[in-house]
Amino acid sequence: MAENEERLRRTMMFVPGNNPAMVKDAGIYGADSIMFDLEDSVSMAEKDAARVLVYEALQTQDYGDAELVVRVNGQDTPYYENDVKAMVKAGIDIIRLPKAESPEMVQQLEADIIAAEKQFGLPEGSTGLMAAIESAKGVMNAYPIASASKRMMGIALSAEDYTTDMKTHRYPDGAELEFARNMVLHAARAAGVAAFDTVFTNMDDTEGFYRETEYIHQLGFDGKSLVNPRQIPMVNKVYEPTEKEIRNAKNVINAIEEARLKGSGVISMNGQMVDRPVVLRAQRVMRIAKASNLVDEEGNYIEK
Amino acid sequence: MEIKETAVAGTLESSDIQIMISKAADGIQIDLQSDVEKQFGDQIRSVITTTLNEMGVTAAKVKAVDKGALDCVIKARAIAAVQRASQTTDQPAWEVL
Amino acid sequence: MKNSVDRDLPEDVMKDLNYQPFESTEIGHPEIQRVAPKVHVSTGDDKVVTSIKAVVKDTLKDGMTISFHHHFRNGDFVFNEVMREIIDAGYKDLTLAPSSLTGVMNDMVIEAIKAGTITHITSSGMRGSLGDFVSHGGLKNPVIFRSHGNRARAIEHGDIKIDVAFLGVPNADALGNANGMAGDAVFGSLGYALMDAQYADKVVLLTDNIVKYPNTPASIKQTQVDYVVRVDKVGDPDKIGSGATRFTKDPKELKIASTVNDVIVNSPYFKDGFSFQTGSGGAALAVTRYLRQAMIDNKIKASFALGGITKPTTDLLAEGLVDKVMDVQDFDKGAADSMHTNANQQEIDASWYADPDNKGAMVDQLDVVILSALEIDTKFNVNVMSGSDGVIRGAIGGHQDAATAKLTIISAPLVRGRIATIVPDVTTVVTPGDSVDVLVTEYGIAINPKRQDLVKSLSNLPGVPVYTIDELQQLAEKKVGKPKPLEFTDRTVAMIEYRDGSIIDTIKEVKD
Repeated sequence: MAENEERLRRTMMFVPGNNPAMVKDAGIYGADSIMFDLEDSVSMAEKDAARVLVYEALQTQDYGDAELVVRVNGQDTPYYENDVKAMVKAGIDIIRLPKAESPEMVQQLEADIIAAEKQFGLPEGSTGLMAAIESAKGVMNAYPIASASKRMMGIALSAEDYTTDMKTHRYPDGAELEFARNMVLHAARAAGVAAFDTVFTNMDDTEGFYRETEYIHQLGFDGKSLVNPRQIPMVNKVYEPTEKEIRNAKNVINAIEEARLKGSGVISMNGQMVDRPVVLRAQRVMRIAKASNLVDEEGNYIEK
Repeated sequence: MEIKETAVAGTLESSDIQIMISKAADGIQIDLQSDVEKQFGDQIRSVITTTLNEMGVTAAKVKAVDKGALDCVIKARAIAAVQRASQTTDQPAWEVL
Repeated sequence: MKNSVDRDLPEDVMKDLNYQPFESTEIGHPEIQRVAPKVHVSTGDDKVVTSIKAVVKDTLKDGMTISFHHHFRNGDFVFNEVMREIIDAGYKDLTLAPSSLTGVMNDMVIEAIKAGTITHITSSGMRGSLGDFVSHGGLKNPVIFRSHGNRARAIEHGDIKIDVAFLGVPNADALGNANGMAGDAVFGSLGYALMDAQYADKVVLLTDNIVKYPNTPASIKQTQVDYVVRVDKVGDPDKIGSGATRFTKDPKELKIASTVNDVIVNSPYFKDGFSFQTGSGGAALAVTRYLRQAMIDNKIKASFALGGITKPTTDLLAEGLVDKVMDVQDFDKGAADSMHTNANQQEIDASWYADPDNKGAMVDQLDVVILSALEIDTKFNVNVMSGSDGVIRGAIGGHQDAATAKLTIISAPLVRGRIATIVPDVTTVVTPGDSVDVLVTEYGIAINPKRQDLVKSLSNLPGVPVYTIDELQQLAEKKVGKPKPLEFTDRTVAMIEYRDGSIIDTIKEVKD
């Protein structure tokens, strides 16, 4: 779980698993996480081919520092088992389970991952997992799902299926998702895992995309699932800390360093004690500031 | 692995390769069509042959239409085509992947 | 014999054609003697004729040099109609010296070569079946490729002596006053054709639209014109636009375009009164759009935009973000129409645009240019002429000329399909690495080490990793593998002139 604390997960970019051009280029857009999809974007007849394609790409292509995720087919499909095995063997970072509705489903995936790690002689625990919440039942079970496995990296809301299940559809203001978003987010925070918001598919509505991203950023989501690489810089822009936030965070970091040098357990700044939430927020601001090239090596704000 | 029927994997999209495998009496014959034949024809044939050999295919007729695929794509499509042609799609050849 | 970009040049051909090897991008201050055309004196009352055949018969002899412009691009009807008459009349041994050759002309050129009608060609470029034909040794004498600026220079020097220029125009009066802006088949600037009109011994205009005398504004003037031929249609308006106006949605192209914009905006040249040339193509248009936003955000205006013009650029003019558009050709109808209506869009000829042997050309004043590449090598040399299979499939255009800008950016993907764009050595050197400053790819940028000032200002841009060009070349090779070297015969099928008329490279016949 230590890794969970450190990694930035602002952007999780979907890549159709049977499209060689997109699979090959997935690394160039600077997504924090790349999610190769074996599920909805792949037709029934091509499930086997997509699995092999993603497998071979993972063996040979350089995706830089991105966290690599694969969405496997659902547990109720004949593809699930071989998808999990192949992706574990490929050394994927995270397997994403679609349509998660109960902790048992997550535990099943965990057991399948453990078996595959054994089968292919990989160190136990090398593969993480995450779950997508796509139904009313999933939303109601969000916390049990999020805390079902110590391999859990995060949970994601998937609104297309969810809104259908809720007998509605997506609206520009997102009121229909308010409850689910808060449930998923609270479950994730309570379980200490990451929370991802759903995709926004209308590429022509830039304004709407910004509005939604600003909203979920305000709620506290780690990031957003994305259907198009063009959305990556937009999300990063929303998540960029301000100059004031950065300078403030830098002061906190300096205070931590000062306390460490003094051997003091108490961190103080301007004569006031700095408590843990402030430290955590400062560290997070500095991580994003670094990723956005807003600070230099030492963490000083770069004047524009 | 025995080729039981003719099977195809891959598309004619850019960066992909479509590989069709069918029965042959003996040996692997490759009929390749590629825009990068001059520069990479030998390499493409070699990836297909190696993959088939690794899968234990000793006799097959291969027709490949390449649209600038990388080696990893060629290998993936060859594996998928062989598994389909040998009706073993449900039992992936883990040792070859 | 090797030139300064390390290209082996065939001694015999160099000697036969009296060429010097390329040495430097520096032009210096030589004194140049220009030529002047012959004038057949007339009061101008008998210029209008209705038969191409008759004009050809009146003007043309075996062994002459004929020229055309390519402003109609793939909508051109004039070239094929005139060439048909010339081939059918049995002319031999002509030199074809158009500003460039477009795809719609290919079949006719090949037929003319096979018939012995055309034995020499000089052009900015060629593509498709004609490039293939020439690369396979279809033309006995090497094609001479020249940039737009160099063509102007060569015409002024008399290196290209045009006997008869056949120039299609969308309007003309009975004495030959014409422009590119009104009529059915408008294309805007007549920039390249103006050289032919000024320097050819015989100037033949072809038009489907004879208007009242005197026709203004007159880009081509009655003082230059010998004949005005009435034809049914000069071109197909739908095919004149180069298709360049489509704004790309390809995320990779957009990524490159946005990085190009980052490079421009963070360079020392991005300040009020700067000038730029973006050219055509999806990524170039996207750059223009990003640049527009950056100009608004930073309250910066450009003094001029140069070269081949597209609607996004004339939109900047209309918005007041650009003071002047200096227009040598228009890639779409929007840009062509704007020239008609906006007095700040100035038509310029190829000499004014880019001729190195000048009392100052516009490219000499250019701050920023974005250019493309089929290949670029680790010496920053650029190829825009031959494909990865060694076959001719491109055009120099204004590449060598505009690359003299203060900041020359090459925008190109690291690989196209399985073909690396960044290679150890380009197949054909067209623009020398000395005039290239920054390469922008989807993976990051490489800065020419001789520009340490740019290394300083462009390192540490958010989301713009800086690599050495060798690193990018190795990255490309790691992705696609090492290609088998191309095989050529010893026969030279084309000479690539640098803009000063020296030879920067040659193209050999491909071996199949």
